[in-house]
Amino acid sequence: MLWIAWKMLVGNRVKYLGIIFGVVFAAVLIAQQASIFCGLMSLTVSQIRDVEGAGIWVMDKHVQFVDDIKPLADTELFRVKSVPGVEWAVRFYKGIGRARLAEGTYEQMIILGLDDATLVGAPGGVFLGSIADLRKPDAVIMDDAGYKRIWPGEPYKLGRTFEMNDRRAVLVGLTKASRTFQSFPIVYTRYSQAVLFAPPERKVLSFVLADAQPGVPEEEVCRRIEERTGLQALTREQFLWKTVSYYLRKTGIPLNFGITVLLGFFVGTAIAGQTFYLFTVENIRQYGALKAMGTSNWTILVMVLAQGLQVGLIGYGLGVGLAGLFGWFVKGASRLSFFMPWQVLTITAVAVFVIVLVASLLSIRKVLVVDPAIVFRG
Amino acid sequence: MASAASFQTHDDRPLAEVAVRVRGVTKEFGSGGAVTRALRGVDLDIPYGELLMLVGPSGCGKTTLVSIVAGTLEPTDGEVVVLGQDLVRMSNGRKVKFRRDHVGFVFQAFNLLPALTAAENAAVPLLIAGWNRRAAVEAAADILDQLGMGDRLANLPSELSGGQQQRVAIARALVHEPRLLVCDEPTSALDAQNGRITMELIQKIAVQPGRAVIVVTHDSRVYSFADRIASMEDGRIDSVASGPHEPLLH
Repeated sequence: MLWIAWKMLVGNRVKYLGIIFGVVFAAVLIAQQASIFCGLMSLTVSQIRDVEGAGIWVMDKHVQFVDDIKPLADTELFRVKSVPGVEWAVRFYKGIGRARLAEGTYEQMIILGLDDATLVGAPGGVFLGSIADLRKPDAVIMDDAGYKRIWPGEPYKLGRTFEMNDRRAVLVGLTKASRTFQSFPIVYTRYSQAVLFAPPERKVLSFVLADAQPGVPEEEVCRRIEERTGLQALTREQFLWKTVSYYLRKTGIPLNFGITVLLGFFVGTAIAGQTFYLFTVENIRQYGALKAMGTSNWTILVMVLAQGLQVGLIGYGLGVGLAGLFGWFVKGASRLSFFMPWQVLTITAVAVFVIVLVASLLSIRKVLVVDPAIVFRG
Repeated sequence: MASAASFQTHDDRPLAEVAVRVRGVTKEFGSGGAVTRALRGVDLDIPYGELLMLVGPSGCGKTTLVSIVAGTLEPTDGEVVVLGQDLVRMSNGRKVKFRRDHVGFVFQAFNLLPALTAAENAAVPLLIAGWNRRAAVEAAADILDQLGMGDRLANLPSELSGGQQQRVAIARALVHEPRLLVCDEPTSALDAQNGRITMELIQKIAVQPGRAVIVVTHDSRVYSFADRIASMEDGRIDSVASGPHEPLLH
């Protein structure tokens, strides 16, 4: 009987494609918008992910996200180092500076100051120059996207200079850093150099990066740090989610994307549901004939659900496939952020399942109440 | 007029000899002041091996009666015994199984599934009964062959003429060898020649000693194929005529 259900469904090509279109529409919109949303959210935490080697971030207790800098006194570094279970701890500067380029133009830049001795937090994707060159006077390493933004169309060239806070900066390397939410160029330099590039402030220490001793859980070390210093200590993962959570709670981004996702869901449900319903109504005499010939209501129910499931699977596959293609295309051709984790695929699958379930339920009611005697009416 | 050999609706034969026994059946639609009485106390016996035609003007209750006999509609009152089973007391689930196993249907509008081929359409009752698809289609092809449709097995209904579609419907009605065949206006959508061919096929293939055939019709040209004709008027059986019948003009 499932075979008959399938033949009935594909036999009416216009309705069949109409139902699939509704599901694809919803799946594309949900998957694509959710992926762009995830892409944007991933931008907000890109700098946390790019800092390698440090499992623990220590900061002022009022910091809410990675760009919410509340500088600490330099002495806090030593207090963190003294906490039992801390293997090592280093300074980390993060701030915004204004660069004056050789052409006389100005550009906002994100300055990341790494510990002078260890260079902990240095980017991993240096493709021109080397991390060790940061030890040279006035040396900075810039991210690839930032370079292309400042000097569009120009070939990579080390040795370029620009000024920040009236101090000379010399480009000694280029790296593939992740894009940031603000999309400013990122420059990596030594901590001692970074505080000179930054506007003068009494306190300049943004974060203390630390790691736990082997065998001591990071969460436990964080707890001890908070207990002994009064600072906020988070594991890398905790800080990442705290930042995402801030953007979710304090900005309109989730609402905007949520509205579009809901729109896709409702429009998809309306198209698929209505077309499926019309398909069922069009075939109501056939269902009546099947019931008259001895098909049980249970079998009819399974047939309609199987039809819904089939269009759901096809629509889902096409929808997420198209959304994935869109993401692949825009990632290469534009600066639109796109990130499709498995959670997006799961959410889209659940949404599509609900859509086909709603569409099927509308039709199921119709076929279950149809009187088999309908076939004897002219 | 038909040559009337008998005007009895039933003759109190033993139940084992009758495929259908209907006694005092009434059917009302609606409620309160808007009640419509479609059947007003119908008595009828149809013995095995008989082709009975149910005739009468529109709205006289033919379709209601045949729906009740086929087990697709509940009577308001009365007794309905089909193939020895009391349909009035039968649960809905058992009635579905009863129809599946014992009743064949030929509908006025054919009601073929447009996406299935002739052979697949004819195989539907076997598929409902849980047959393997290949075996069901092969069995359906055999019966279509008997009905002269052996060269049209792979055609969709839209590729067949009305007469050919009705032959597929007959094959579908008989493929599972039902003991009761219910035909609702099987010739009304066909021209005279196809109508005659359809009735010839029903008479030749469907009428068997262990099976009863009920044909609801308006078409007086096919009356000659009936063993008996039950004439209905205003929810009652007006008369039952036996013997050879001339085409009637109402």
